[in-house]
Amino acid sequence: MDYFIQQLINGLTLGSIYGLIAIGYTMVYGIIGMINFAHGEIYMIGAFIAVIGFTLLEMAGLGFVPLALLVVLLASMAFTAAYGWTLERIAYRPLRGSFRLAALISAIGMSIFLQNYVQLLQGARVKPLQPVVTGGLTLLESEGFVVRLSYVQIFIIVLTLVLMVGFAAVIGRTALGRAQRACQQDRTMATLLGIDVDRTIAIPFVLGAALAAVAGVMVAMYYGVVDFFMGFIAGLKAFTAAVLGGIGSLPGAMLGGIVLGLVEAFWSGYFSVEYKDVAAFGILILVLLFRPTGLLGSPEVEKV
Amino acid sequence: MAEAVAVKAGVSRFDLPQVLKEAALAAFVAFLLALPLAGLHLTAGDQGAMVVETRWSWVAIGVVAVFVGRLLLAVLRAVRPATRLSSGVAERGRQRFAAYLPYAAVAALIAAVALPFLPFSDRYIVDLGTTVLIYIMLAWGLNIVVGLAGLLDLGYVAFYAVGAYTYALLGTTYGWSFWVCLPVAGTMAAFFGILLGYPVLRLRGDYLAIVTLGFGEIIRIILLNWVAFTGGPNGISSIPRPSFFGLPFTRRPDEGEVPFHEFFGIDYSGEHRVIFLYYLILILALITNLFVLRIRKLPIGRAWEALREDEIACRALGLNPTNIKLSAFALGAMFGGFAGSFFATRQGFISPESFVFIESAIILAIVVLGGMGSQTGVVLAGIALIVLPEIAREFAEFRMLVFGGAMVLIMTWRPRGLLSHREPTVRLAPRGKGAG
Repeated sequence: MDYFIQQLINGLTLGSIYGLIAIGYTMVYGIIGMINFAHGEIYMIGAFIAVIGFTLLEMAGLGFVPLALLVVLLASMAFTAAYGWTLERIAYRPLRGSFRLAALISAIGMSIFLQNYVQLLQGARVKPLQPVVTGGLTLLESEGFVVRLSYVQIFIIVLTLVLMVGFAAVIGRTALGRAQRACQQDRTMATLLGIDVDRTIAIPFVLGAALAAVAGVMVAMYYGVVDFFMGFIAGLKAFTAAVLGGIGSLPGAMLGGIVLGLVEAFWSGYFSVEYKDVAAFGILILVLLFRPTGLLGSPEVEKV
Repeated sequence: MAEAVAVKAGVSRFDLPQVLKEAALAAFVAFLLALPLAGLHLTAGDQGAMVVETRWSWVAIGVVAVFVGRLLLAVLRAVRPATRLSSGVAERGRQRFAAYLPYAAVAALIAAVALPFLPFSDRYIVDLGTTVLIYIMLAWGLNIVVGLAGLLDLGYVAFYAVGAYTYALLGTTYGWSFWVCLPVAGTMAAFFGILLGYPVLRLRGDYLAIVTLGFGEIIRIILLNWVAFTGGPNGISSIPRPSFFGLPFTRRPDEGEVPFHEFFGIDYSGEHRVIFLYYLILILALITNLFVLRIRKLPIGRAWEALREDEIACRALGLNPTNIKLSAFALGAMFGGFAGSFFATRQGFISPESFVFIESAIILAIVVLGGMGSQTGVVLAGIALIVLPEIAREFAEFRMLVFGGAMVLIMTWRPRGLLSHREPTVRLAPRGKGAG
């Protein structure tokens, strides 16, 4: 039972991270119906900026942790958002009128490019990060097994919740969100009503990148290492989470992330760590087989 | 005509303040991008802890390069106004080009056959030729799936791996010969193709792409972790080499075997095997090519193309999309399996590292760059993508960077590839006549 609770906590933490990345996929898919294959790389860039930021602040002697956290979070979000915007501008906007596979192949190219770009600039070696937030709460203790909830985990889960609520409010209640939803439903009509479609399409890339950056900061703090290749598998899993929840749906992305995180944590806890990725992709295939619209998605109707 | 050009040129007049503003904006974005990753470098310090060092010059270079580049782009656009070739001219050019293609193909074939005996050929060039041919064969196999049937497969390397491991395991454990294993490897790969394809082929384009990508990863993870069966990260070594109709290419053969050089009464040379492998893959690749060219004219090949153009119309005509897609998937996988077993016998050693996603991406890039569906385009693209990086060896670390960037640029500039061949093989009425 103790072990179960521990895995539950780990799964929730992991799931929060997946969920934040998945939002980027689901938003972009919702508005232009395309998989932003390079989104995993954006998350990786966010994590790199986080490690650089923490190291820089440590060198500067900024010891007050909450302030350092805030600074790194904001900086990472801002710079990563710039990457998201540029990505859309260079790799996707010129191809908007082209056929579907062209955009996907361009995205794959961008993903390879960004990976090697970071590798060239920062080196291929794994970058460690000293623990920023240490300590935690001991929830249960019995027969030598301790259930721990570390402060980093609390931070991750709480920040994810806050961001999700804030994000849902932005999409649901502001003019920006209305423009998003309008473009999602009918781009031509939105243009006729005076919505700047180019800008509206760029926004999910920017916001998605900012959320991926938060996920990157969290991962850097949680695992304490980053490398240039980390975006590939994480991106694939976050995409799985988005599909699991129903692509195009924001709560779905979050739910999918949590479910996937839990599956992965329990799978590694009870079966085998080596095959946890196989479990995640197996879920992707199963979901697409039996419920292609995902848990919360609406069915897609193709008109002839 | 002249008037029209003048009007167009007038529209795209060079507006200096606007251009400068755009270039400044681009430079500012470049500054934002370069600052954290190029300007700050994370490295291990003297005491072992990580430190950040600054590289402001890199940022400056990047920003200036982007500014100048953006200006040049604007100047280029202004100097060369929108006088694109009208579609008729372009079409005629393409047709004239297409008329030469059969001759080019024959010339390429002669060149490929003669390659090992050309005066400048050495072991290195024949080896490189073998590598290029492996990729061309893989790309031709993938072309069935991507080019003809229009299904994006990002996990093609999985079938390549299945073929390679099938031969490696059968060859090392049971001592089966390459020639027996070749069909077995192809069948295994086709079987895996059906196994994956059956559940997922109902999915639409990009879902399918991601699922195949996930499948490729699953295969790789299994190969990596099932140590008892596949040797895990250490791979499988001393895979038996192929023989020339029972004549091995060794200096000192086993008891009762006659080696190749003794049988033909020539001196032993290590190059014999290299040249033999080269011709082997050449023949395998040509068989793949012939197969694809012929099957396009059969009902199944036409069904693939029809499905690529319009799935709903196909359903309405009573074609079963699942079976058609499945056949494309299985046949594509089969050729991947053939190429895989050749790869295993050529290398003599395989490990999961040879079957990573980037290989799938390279094969896909060859197909796409060649113009999905064009057999000749694949050859051109294969040579370009494998030989060029080989020549630019000193810049090896920039290889994949350029590769990724080129994929983006090609998609922007020529989304249909170098030689686009989306023409259906058959038409109801000749071009320009009939219902049109």
